[in-house]
Amino acid sequence: MSGMNGTNEYYPSLLRGLWALTVRELKKWLKDPVMVLMLVLQPLIWMGLLGKSMNINAIFSAGSLSGVTIPDIYIPGSYLIPPVSGTLVIPGSFITQQLQQAFSDLGAKVMQSAFGVTDYFSYMAVGIVSMIVVMTTMFSGMSIVWDRRLGFLNKVMSTPVSRAAIIFSKVLNGTLRAIFQATVILALAYLLGLQLSPTFTLLNLLGIYAAIFLVGAGLSSVFIAFSLRSTRMERPMQIINLVMMPLMFASNIFFPISLMPEWMQVVAKVNPLSHLTDAVRQLTILPLDGTALMLDFVYLGIFASVLSAIGIVLSWKYLTK
Amino acid sequence: MSGKDEVIVAEGLTKVFNKSLVAVNHVSFSVKSGEIFGFLGPNGAGKTTTISMLITILRPTEGRASVLGYDILKEANEVRKVIGVVPQEYTADEDLTGYENIMLCADMYGIPREVAKKRALELLELVELTRFKDKRVETYSGGMRRRLELACGLINRPRVLFLDEPTLGLDVQTRTATWNYIRKLKEEYGMTIFMTTHYLEEADALCDRIAIIDHGKIIAIGAPKDLKESLGGDIITISIKEGADVSNLIRSVENVKDVRNENGSYRIKAEHGEVTAPLIIEALRKNGYTVTKLSLTEPTLNEVYLEYTGRALRDSEETKEAIMMQRMILRRARGG
Repeated sequence: MSGMNGTNEYYPSLLRGLWALTVRELKKWLKDPVMVLMLVLQPLIWMGLLGKSMNINAIFSAGSLSGVTIPDIYIPGSYLIPPVSGTLVIPGSFITQQLQQAFSDLGAKVMQSAFGVTDYFSYMAVGIVSMIVVMTTMFSGMSIVWDRRLGFLNKVMSTPVSRAAIIFSKVLNGTLRAIFQATVILALAYLLGLQLSPTFTLLNLLGIYAAIFLVGAGLSSVFIAFSLRSTRMERPMQIINLVMMPLMFASNIFFPISLMPEWMQVVAKVNPLSHLTDAVRQLTILPLDGTALMLDFVYLGIFASVLSAIGIVLSWKYLTK
Repeated sequence: MSGKDEVIVAEGLTKVFNKSLVAVNHVSFSVKSGEIFGFLGPNGAGKTTTISMLITILRPTEGRASVLGYDILKEANEVRKVIGVVPQEYTADEDLTGYENIMLCADMYGIPREVAKKRALELLELVELTRFKDKRVETYSGGMRRRLELACGLINRPRVLFLDEPTLGLDVQTRTATWNYIRKLKEEYGMTIFMTTHYLEEADALCDRIAIIDHGKIIAIGAPKDLKESLGGDIITISIKEGADVSNLIRSVENVKDVRNENGSYRIKAEHGEVTAPLIIEALRKNGYTVTKLSLTEPTLNEVYLEYTGRALRDSEETKEAIMMQRMILRRARGG
């Protein structure tokens, strides 16, 4: 070994550090098959059970009227114009059949106007993508609490690696996980009967990944800043529980915004998850509406920039205390 | 400006947490090139806080310090490039192998892959982990983890190495082995080493010079040998059956330099302890007192510590958090 006296002649680059720290995280879960299985099972359970059990289609289908029996209708010939002799008989079964057909047609129209698609499972499965994005990015950010507790964070901070790389590696790790999960969800949903719109191509996946990245980056950078500052491991967990429900339900993940009470619509419209979900729906099950999609991306872009800025400023303050 | 062979210079370094807790209080010292300099003190004395400021992960509230001439605040990134840090915790990633961990450290310094690979293998050889390099760190024992941390801290070929409690939680054998690694580093690479410890034997065995730190202040600084000699003699501890204060009687005995009554136990500083002790017993007996206990020690760093702080290092009160922290580290050290 040659002498250790020369100054270190190398300079760390932001990208090198970022990549190394991200790979560290990715290795952690790729080496752990159980964890990968969990990443797949979790959305599968949500989508499979909730998506299939909330069978809104069935409500509006002919089957809903199967218990209805209508008696035959007898009309005396003298009531008709012009009057005829005898009695006119309309069989009840005929009326039932007509009603069921009308109801079914109506149902499809109601579904189409409320959800944009006639199939609730497709609507819901895509919503699950958004839900998983939030959960995964937030939980991944939490690992920084461990890094701090176990001294890893301090060790990394005593090296010349860029402080930005430390934070971004967490963001990147969270979003990459979320993208992986989203791909799995969509593939599984397709196998379970997701009806893709004719405008779908595999290239649309890139758009979906971009949307996920924006939401993931925004949410996780704020969450990382918060985790860095909280002294207790439980705190970030409590925050996740507190934020998850409103984010999920005050959005179009499960139900269309237009049918919500007005005060809730206000919340749902600023909820980034609504825009993420809409973007993913546009790119998968809906006939692509370019303007709507662009508006979603503009909104998500602003959301990501503002929240990342806040998160990075807060983390920076902590890391240079 | 500091002298040419002064590698670390700290002037009035101070850290106050939450505007009230003074962790480090106007600490000044300098470390010479090629020496092992130790910070000795109980948990909570401010050792880790000082090291954290020197390795640029904590901003001092007041004062300044430089490492190899680079200011720790203004040129933090230059400092980071030339130092190596071995923290007191086991920071290696348990899910990665030893080799992967070292390579991760190399990436933090931007060392080219090829160079890093060569160095990593050399370092693994140095700390005798070559055989285990592809095993996950979770299977490592405490001593192996400590050695891995050491290897990580050396990947950038630092000119100054910072060791925070390098043998915390290790058993006696592993501790001695770790000392040997540290000595080897100093001898082979002429590296300057700054370390903290609360083990007296460790400071005595390893350090060229030590600073005794207590409540955030340096209370004595010098070579362990000089500090011990500065006490000026042996320490005789005596207890008597009777309750009376016999300090003055003892003080009148030949060779006795100083007597301190510590709740009925007398701590006597005296030259030629082995001759003086019988004289003290004789004098006490003549005056009707019965000696119940007697011990004679040559001065150790513990005596030095006692001299300056009025209490033994081992008895020093530890904060609840420090004990918890230590327990956690101990648990991980023992496991596997």
